Formats: sequence, structure tokens, C-alpha cells
Amino acid sequence: MYRYDSYDQSIVDARVEEFRDQVQRRLTGALTEDQFKPLRLMNGLYLQLHAYMLRVAIPYGTLSGKQMRKLGEIAAKYDKGYGHFTTRQNLQYNWIKLADAPDILAELATVEMHAIQTSGNCIRNISSDQYAGVSADEVADPRPWAELLRQWSSFHPEFTYLPRKFKICVIASDDDRAAMKLHDIGLKLVSKDGVIGAEVYAGGGMGRTPMVAPQIRDFVPEEEIVSYLEACLRVYNRYGRRDNKYKARIKILVHEIGVEEYKRQVEEEFAHMRELGLNPPTEELDRIRAFFAAPAYETGLSEAIDRADPAFALWVDRQVAAHKAPGYAIVNISLKPLTGIPGDASAEQIELVATLAEQYSLDELRVTHAQNLVLPHVRKADLYAIWQKLDEAGLAEANLDLITDIIACPGLDYCALANARSIPLAQKIAQRFADAERQTELGELKLKISGCINACGHHHAGHIGILGVDRKGVENFQLLLGGSGAEDASLGQITGPGFSEDGVVDAIEKVTDIYLAERTDGERFLDTYRRIGMKPFKEAIYG
Amino acid sequence: MVEFLSFRDGEATQEPAVTVESFTGQSNSTAVRIEAGEDARELLPYLDRLSLVEVNFPAYGDGRGYSAARILRESGYQGELRAVGDVLVDQINAMRRCGFDSFHPAKPLDDAAVERALNRYADVYQKTIDGRQPVWAKRHPEKIDG
Repeated sequence: MYRYDSYDQSIVDARVEEFRDQVQRRLTGALTEDQFKPLRLMNGLYLQLHAYMLRVAIPYGTLSGKQMRKLGEIAAKYDKGYGHFTTRQNLQYNWIKLADAPDILAELATVEMHAIQTSGNCIRNISSDQYAGVSADEVADPRPWAELLRQWSSFHPEFTYLPRKFKICVIASDDDRAAMKLHDIGLKLVSKDGVIGAEVYAGGGMGRTPMVAPQIRDFVPEEEIVSYLEACLRVYNRYGRRDNKYKARIKILVHEIGVEEYKRQVEEEFAHMRELGLNPPTEELDRIRAFFAAPAYETGLSEAIDRADPAFALWVDRQVAAHKAPGYAIVNISLKPLTGIPGDASAEQIELVATLAEQYSLDELRVTHAQNLVLPHVRKADLYAIWQKLDEAGLAEANLDLITDIIACPGLDYCALANARSIPLAQKIAQRFADAERQTELGELKLKISGCINACGHHHAGHIGILGVDRKGVENFQLLLGGSGAEDASLGQITGPGFSEDGVVDAIEKVTDIYLAERTDGERFLDTYRRIGMKPFKEAIYG
Repeated sequence: MVEFLSFRDGEATQEPAVTVESFTGQSNSTAVRIEAGEDARELLPYLDRLSLVEVNFPAYGDGRGYSAARILRESGYQGELRAVGDVLVDQINAMRRCGFDSFHPAKPLDDAAVERALNRYADVYQKTIDGRQPVWAKRHPEKIDG
């Protein structure tokens, strides 16, 4: 894992003091809320329906046990005992007092964490693959690139007042577990003639105008990635729309001028910028890379897993993924208990996972964009002990990528923008499909719920997506089918008129019945939908 | 409170800045004002006779002027580069890093707050044209000097 040096620490410490000063000015009335807003928004502090929400950055979703423990302590001390893991691999506290915010940031800084640029029209936290470094199919660990870009984007003087927020994702596998093509810029590391570089995709995103990012370059060598991204951002900063915040994301620029024209402008700018010495020397990426070197895995470990306990065996089959090192496994911890809030964890649960990471996972854990957690380096021999501890803490749900592994935004229960409540709907769907055999029978089925058109719950990318809208003061839910955030990225299509909360649960059940009736061997829900199209589903729902 | 801030040696340019359109149309002016959305590169053929470029920020959140400033400096402009309009104390540091060396904000700034803002961060992560060594250069001095 990356560790701060004195430079990194001094920058984060300086930010804490700067924000303390800004909050002080607000509390004494020297700053009005209007003047304070842009300042707090640069630091992840939002005024929500009931309280302030603080969003903490978890760079590329990687954490140490100590960092995780600190997140739990903050939840207990300053929040109502909960943290909420987000679709951008971050953590949100929903019940923060403004006066406490500087102290929270100071506590985070003691474990090399911050909330820098977790909101505002700037480059946000860099996201990545939760299996980075441990999956067998990656060309390189993407996290050194993500860390390089974290540093480059932190307080970037030119790109702090962009037309709109800007999200970058870096992956390195053919399997896209991070929704790379739904980011403003997505990088996929590839190897060309033995040299590592990146394919670059630009202009993806969700929101009210969802787009899958087109490729704008098939290779940028690692030593030029910073100047290339400066060129991409400069074109966007200069020409992205600023007249309408709903048309201000880079996807609209790329769409309106066309991908070829955007590429041309970026190449022209890049030809200029690559000469300016903006790129760190290759030694810097090497320095960062050393922090992510593979840990010293034990050798000669047993591959055997004692499956005598059927509940454990079910969990292993669902939650455990293949690790590149013999005798090791990747453990996915579900934050989607059937009666809980998707992505929520209590202070005690956070503390437990911190301890498990330290004890069983070489002091490392990950957050996924699907709002779950991962222990990346677990000896197979330890799986049973881990499962028992998770089970005691209510964290042993076996539903990874199943219909109850729901992504949901906070919705109208918390969010000032929402039109509808996402969480109660997620719970109703989870209850309806609670039966383990039924879920397993349905197989991989990614269900995603957004409580408004801003699409924080990724509904466009759900195999089944739900969008909550307001229809004459009544919550109404539209149903979408056929989206995907993975390597086969696609956008879901609306089935037709919306439903009440109970109505949409019924409609989903009809949709899954059609799938079960129509699927051929080995087809996932998404495959069947793509083969037979919308019509049979529509007939079942509305017919 | 200060109404005008300069980091240049000597007097600030007094000549009133003209619009880009009238500047490129008449040959004797040496001061020009860029509005957000205007292309700074239109000025590149005239850099050696310019003594002042004003870049207007119609709203603090409109960041186009940061790119305009860097483009001018990257192209070798040495004259005064002045940020005008909705310029707030919390932005002065980033503006300095992009090459602005004078400021005429719509609302006066608190001197002490400006001083604090400019000295807050001892280290920076990016190379710009402000001459500050980014952290990566400090980490690898042998690569930068050699």
C-alpha cells in the first residue's frame, strides 16, 4: 500500500488547517453560507436534508486496517454510529456537525486520509478495480497509476473550477469491475511491445444523459500520461458548456462536437503540452509502484476448503474469488444484508473488518463500486474462521452480484436532490427475493436504484435499473432493462410507464419469470435480454 | 483591505485594456482584456508588444481564465497578467500558479488572508510555469538537475 512521505503529509495537514480556518470564519459569521459553500464543497462537505454530510476519499478503494479502524472510530464519535460506502469507493457520514468537521479531517490526516476534492467541480477521487494487484488477468497493478494521478489532480491549479465534476477510473483487466467506460475519463492499462501504457476513453457518464465513453486513444505511454490528461482536461475546461449545469459534463462536449473533433483538439493540445516538462520522471512511478509490490505470500499453502458446513459452503461459492497466488483467495464481504441499507456499515462492523484485514488479509482491504468490501489476500485455510466472525456481525450475506446485491443511492431519506426513496424500495426487493435458492437460480443480476435523474445509484448500468421520479407529488418508479457497467457496457432501456413502490417490485418479479422461462443454458439475465429483446418483458409487465 | 495586488517589479500598467476584437483590429494598443470564452491563443502573434493582459472572471466558478493564463505564459508572454472580476482570496494561490501576477478583484481582499493563502502550501504536486518545484522533482533531484 502507498504510504505518505513528508511532502504528502504536509499537503494534507495544510489542507486541514486551511479548512479549520474557513469553518471558523463561517461559524463566526465572517463568511456567509453563500461564500462558504464553494469552500466546503471543495472538501466533501454537503448540506443535506437533516445535517451535513462529509464524504471521505478512499483513493482507488484501498485501505489499511488502521485506516478502516479510524473510519469506524469517527462513525462512533461524530456520526450516529454508521458509515455509508459509496459507488465511488468512498465513505460518507450523514450526520456531521459543521463545528466537528475540522477535527474529523485532522483525525483522518493522522492515518493518511483526507476529503480533498470529494465534491466540487474538480477532479474527484480516482477509482479503480477492487481486485487490483490480486487478479490473475491484469497487465499491471493499476493503483500506482491511480496514486500518481491522485497526486497530480490534488489542488491542480488549472482544473479546480471545471464546468462540472470530473471522474477518472483506472483499470488493467479485460474484466471491468469498476465501470470504467462510465467515467469522464477511463484508462485501461495495456501492454504494447512490452511497454505499459493506457487506452484512453473519454466522455462516459450517467446522470440525466448517460453515455458509454468512446475510445480516444489506443495508447499513451506511462511517462506521458500526465501531459496527455492535462491536454484532455484543458480542452474540456476551455470548451465544456458552462451555461447549463446539466449539460456541463465532458460527455456533452464530446457528444456535441463529436469524438473525432474532441480527439483532434486533444492531440493538438497534447503536441504542445508534452514539450513542457509536465510529466514526472519514470522514477516517480517506479517509486510509487514499489509500495504496491506483491506482498510476501506464503508458499506451500493448502488449496483445500472444508465445506462441511453448508451455510459456509454457500458463502464460499458466492463471495470468494480466485486469487493469483496459490493457497490464497479474495473474500467479498456483502454490505447488502436483506433488511439493511445498501452500503451501510456500523462502527462495530467497520472495526471488525479492520481487525479481519489486519489478522487475515495482510493488513489490506478494498471498497467496491457496488458498495461492498473486499479482503484481498486471504489464506484459504482461514476462510472458515473469517466467515464465522462475519456471520456473528451480520456480514455473511451470500449475494455477490445476485439480485439482492443492490446498488442504491441514499435517496429521499437523506438527499436534498432526490425525488423518491431508494432505500425502502431496495429493502422490499431484497425481501421479495430473499430465498437463497431463488437468488442463486436467477444468477448474476445487477439491480441498481437511483432516487432521481442524477443517477447516483447507477440505474442506467443495471441489468435491471430503477429510477425514482416525482409524478405530481407521488413517488413513481421507472423500470429499465439491459444496462451494464462492465466490459460489455451498455445503457438500460425504459420498459414503459412507471410504477408505485409495490408495483415495481411486482414488475421485477414478472421480468425475472420471463428470464427463467426463456433462458438457454448458461445465459445470464443480461444475455437473455440482449438475445430476445424488450418485447417479451414488456408484454409480461404491461400485457 | 486591498483593491489592487501586484507581484511584479515596478509600476502596474495603467493603460486601459481593450477588447480582443478591437485589439486585433488596431495596432497601437498594448493592453487587452480577455473575456471568459475568448481564445487566448488569438493573442499569440502579438505577445511581444503586449504589456498587459487582463483576464476577466465573471464568476469565481468559471475556471476558463486559468487555462487562458497558462496558455499565455506557456507561449512565452512576459508582461503583466491580471485577474479581474470575481476573484476571491481562496483562489489567489491557484491563480498565481497559473501565471497571474496582478489582481484587481471586484471586491477588495483582506491582506492578511491573502498572505495566509499564498503561504499555506509549502509543496505542490504539479509543474506549472510558476517555477515552483513540484514534489516529484524534489523526490528525484538527480533526474531534474541532470
